[in-house]
Amino acid sequence: MGAYVVRRLGESLLILLGISLVTFALLYLVPADPERQIAGRSATAETVANIRAQLGLDQPFHIQYARYLGNLLQGDLGRSYLQRTEVSELIAARMPATLLLMLAAIVVELILGLTIGAIAALKRNSAVDQSLMVFSFVTISAPQFVVGILLLYVFAVQLGWFPIGGYGTLAHLVLPAITIGLLGTGWYSRMMRSSMIDVLAQDYVRTARAKGLGKLRIIFRHVAPNAILPIIAMIGIDIGLFMSGIVVVESVFGWPGIGQLAWQAIQRVDIPIIMGVTLVSACFIVLGNLLADLIAPLVDPRIKLK
Amino acid sequence: MRKTFLTSVLALGTAVGPALAQDFTEAKQGGSMIVTYKDDVSTLDPAIGYDWQNWSMIKSLFDGLMDYEPGTTVLKKDLAEDYTISEDGTVYTFKLREGVKFHNGREMTAEDVKYSLDRVTNPETQSPGAGFFGSIEGYDAMAAGEADSLSGVTVIDPYTVEIKLSRPDATFLHVMAINFSSIVPKEVVEEFGPDFGKNPVGTGAFYLEDWTLGQSLTFARNTDYWNEGLPKLDQITFEIGLEPIVALLRLQQGQADIPGDGIPPAKFLEVTEDPAFKDFVIEGGQLHTGYITMNVNMPPFDNVKVRQAVNMAINKDRAVRIINGRAVPANQPLPPTMPGYAPDYEGYPYDPEAAKALLAEAGFPDGFETELYVYNTDPNPRIAQSFQQDLAAIGIKAEIRSLAQANVIAAGGEPDQAPMIWSGGMAWIADFPDPSNFYGPILGCDGAVQGGWNWSWYCNEELDAAADAADAMTDPAMAEEREAAWRDIYLKIMEDAPWVPVFNEQRFTMRSAKLGGPDSIFVDPVHVPVNYDFVYSTDVQ
Repeated sequence: MGAYVVRRLGESLLILLGISLVTFALLYLVPADPERQIAGRSATAETVANIRAQLGLDQPFHIQYARYLGNLLQGDLGRSYLQRTEVSELIAARMPATLLLMLAAIVVELILGLTIGAIAALKRNSAVDQSLMVFSFVTISAPQFVVGILLLYVFAVQLGWFPIGGYGTLAHLVLPAITIGLLGTGWYSRMMRSSMIDVLAQDYVRTARAKGLGKLRIIFRHVAPNAILPIIAMIGIDIGLFMSGIVVVESVFGWPGIGQLAWQAIQRVDIPIIMGVTLVSACFIVLGNLLADLIAPLVDPRIKLK
Repeated sequence: MRKTFLTSVLALGTAVGPALAQDFTEAKQGGSMIVTYKDDVSTLDPAIGYDWQNWSMIKSLFDGLMDYEPGTTVLKKDLAEDYTISEDGTVYTFKLREGVKFHNGREMTAEDVKYSLDRVTNPETQSPGAGFFGSIEGYDAMAAGEADSLSGVTVIDPYTVEIKLSRPDATFLHVMAINFSSIVPKEVVEEFGPDFGKNPVGTGAFYLEDWTLGQSLTFARNTDYWNEGLPKLDQITFEIGLEPIVALLRLQQGQADIPGDGIPPAKFLEVTEDPAFKDFVIEGGQLHTGYITMNVNMPPFDNVKVRQAVNMAINKDRAVRIINGRAVPANQPLPPTMPGYAPDYEGYPYDPEAAKALLAEAGFPDGFETELYVYNTDPNPRIAQSFQQDLAAIGIKAEIRSLAQANVIAAGGEPDQAPMIWSGGMAWIADFPDPSNFYGPILGCDGAVQGGWNWSWYCNEELDAAADAADAMTDPAMAEEREAAWRDIYLKIMEDAPWVPVFNEQRFTMRSAKLGGPDSIFVDPVHVPVNYDFVYSTDVQ
């Protein structure tokens, strides 16, 4: 187990290095001329050249990349071109909001997804099952931008139950968490349904029934726990999925997380921020996957780590 | 359309009148407001901040030697109590107000003026506004990194500073009013270094009380402010990260007072027709022109007849309709609120038949193929499609290249890449209300360089000389002559037709019922977007 973790961490570092190289190269190729953005529209060619040199943008690609990596190892993500603030400071300020939103979204998708999946499995092939599966299909396919605006309009503007965007209280959290959570709800309900159906067909369930146990007791003691276990392992992968969702959802709800930061930076081609957010998200995805792989054998001893 | 425009100009004009002054002197201080914005506030360092959002925030935190009357483009003295200009127009002597204090309690003196000008022109500061100070003696040595102080700026005594210019510059007082020349305290700048923009300290009407990155900023009233009776509000909260549509919903629910990014186009008609809100919608002109550039070095646009033909082919009224009438059609580079605008000039008529004939005369009876670059956010691609149709009607097949803003700007700065560019979303908004500000970087030879903003690469040395001559008329008595000189320059440019001036955008914003103050300060032409110092709260009246 220990050796496995060490090897996987080593692999993760290589993956992150690869991601940093590809992102850096892509941003290098974008014809955005950060020095011109900084210098402003009234600057002379001299000023532009001066800033270019100060930022080291006149150096060849490999030198620029090596410098970036060197700073990165010291925990320095550079300064934003437009905000002129340390990127690490900007990300750190926004990280709590994103983590809170992710956590809340996981709670939402687990509660909704598992409940819907379980009901569908128990009512298999009924009208209830079919409508729940249609619902889950809709939540998977609906664009989060549309879902977000819709929820905002109905529950915040029309009904006034929640604040219209923003951050701070539990009430602010509900709508964005549901918007992100709904996507996972669709996946989880489908997985839960098939997992439940598998478990329901197991011998030990038949035995339990034969023993004369009550229906609810069978479901809650024997079926649900066993059906949920393989799904828990998926949460790690979810974290990666969320990373793409938060960019849109945070912008719609004015949620001050790193997704919103990324979206602003992309629009303004603020390269140090784009780099920083990409690397941090990549860390999340890599760690999430690692977590998923580590949890899997714990919940299902049939899986062995090699 | 013409009528809408006239009323707004009248509003702008009357705003200077006595009614306004009364409003301000009588309004009591107190209360607060919430202003919303979509993007993070980038920096509050006056040497660096150069965007829509931080422009008037910086003006509220800092002061310069000069400023403008609220809601107008009329210069007034600010930290300068008085000034004299030498006869040849090259020496400005400013007498400073005494007893003005920075937010840290220290008195502001002439040394601070000198330090601030040295700082903004020092290449290490990387100020996007450094170029504005080019007429001060010693600027070139600073820009080249050969000096660490402007030789032309001298401290005479603690309240007197003398600025020598290397050439007469009629725009110099405007330069002293621009954010980049705000007075900053040396000790605070040195304490925070590059983070001064997050810890700004000035002499302004408000001070920065709190800044929660990505969420909000709080400005509180500077109770020690030298200009008694100002500002009116005790507190301003800027809430960050709200999409304009969400911001508007909040305002309608009473959860915000000003949508800083204005009324989103998609909601425009709904809001202006809603009886509950239409009285709180405010329209204002701005120093803006939207235009199509034609690269005069790239055939066939090197032929003046082709450029004139395109000028006659573009249906400007339709472009205005696309943005719900939030603009007035333009026929010259200068916007109507700018001194030097030629009200009698009729421009090129919209006449596709004549355009076709002119194109045939130029040797292109069957038209040609070209590319139109455009910034890829709505409504710009839709406007470009409208131009595409107009051009097709006279036989020109224009392919639309819709790109990110930075990429369009980069393409325009290359000598032979973008034959045509629609300026929407990137268009020139004047830095200060003087006709010269629409020339140098965007129509003069200085801007026609790689990485420059003169995307039509138009360079007429005769006009450059005329521009220099006009800017040498520093005597206030020659103001009218100077304005006429500039008017001529822009009309000559129209003969060569490097641009199709399309429209001048109007600004539309809203305020909540709890805010007071003349409309003009909510769409201030200089303190963009809102002159925060003069807004008052009706709650405390």
